[in-house]
Amino acid sequence: MLFYSLYVINKSGGLVFNRDYANFAKVNVNDALRLASIWHSLHAISCQISPIQGCSGIELLEADTFDLHSFQTLTGTKFLLIVEKGSQYVPMYLQKIYEYYCDYVLKNPFYEIEQVIKCDLFEEEVESLLKSRAP
Amino acid sequence: MNQESHRNLNIVERPLIKQKPEKTVLSLSAFAYLYSELIQYNIDKSANTTELEERLDKVGYEIGLRINELLSCREKTLRRRTEILDILKFIHSTVWPAFFGKNADDLQQAAAAEDEYMISDYDMKFTKFISVPRSYGSFNPGALVAGIVRGVLDSAGFPARVSAHTVEDRERSRKPITTILVKFHSVVMTRQLYIEKVKKG
Repeated sequence: MLFYSLYVINKSGGLVFNRDYANFAKVNVNDALRLASIWHSLHAISCQISPIQGCSGIELLEADTFDLHSFQTLTGTKFLLIVEKGSQYVPMYLQKIYEYYCDYVLKNPFYEIEQVIKCDLFEEEVESLLKSRAP
Repeated sequence: MNQESHRNLNIVERPLIKQKPEKTVLSLSAFAYLYSELIQYNIDKSANTTELEERLDKVGYEIGLRINELLSCREKTLRRRTEILDILKFIHSTVWPAFFGKNADDLQQAAAAEDEYMISDYDMKFTKFISVPRSYGSFNPGALVAGIVRGVLDSAGFPARVSAHTVEDRERSRKPITTILVKFHSVVMTRQLYIEKVKKG
């Protein structure tokens, strides 16, 4: 199971964190920002157009070369993991990353809420979680 | 007073001497948020990182003064410590468990100076979630713990300069170690020398 990249989007739709974990998956910074805002809008739209009441948004986007898993917290923060096609148990990883976010970002006195995440401990923990999966 | 309702009592109403050796458990997350807010509050009030460390040290100092009295009061045999190693062992084996639930990981004398000692903690709980940005330079959030140690030493009669430092670990190659550096005042050193001379006879 290979993790290509992680994106964290704040509740206003701005990109606060993006990191590529596979060597070939580098994405341009501007493209990453666009992806974040587009995803934020798509997510909101999906909640509105759902024929059944109480939709919690898009959870999975499957393409032919990758899967994109999305997890939205109760506060509107979204975690996106772009992974190798057919990866299993990705929601568990998203949950773990959310735990790291709560611990190393939200409890950090130097982090301003809704701003870009620049916390070394968070980056280290996420990297050790995601990078070691490379075959 | 009803013995069973200890846990229902307000913390300031509970008896000082614990009836049974119960361990108090506190939420690390709750403390982390409180400490995070304390640091943010002091950042606004400080002009530079030195002042920030001093402010946190002052808060820790007040804690240290009082915790020394409390822990000494709870000890089975009341004993006043007059020697440097005794008070350092008290900090290592009694003060640390009171805060962190375990002894300090290391206590050593500095190789270079006679009056410098180092207490190390391989994984300081207070600062577990804090990542200091590069713009804050050498600021160490363990300054609160340094203040606590300074308070304990001062109220026990060992004035010292105490500071917190982060040391990269060579052997364990995991997280950096937080080291509390204690530099005793000359008063303490002369007294220690005198005590040793008297002991020798």
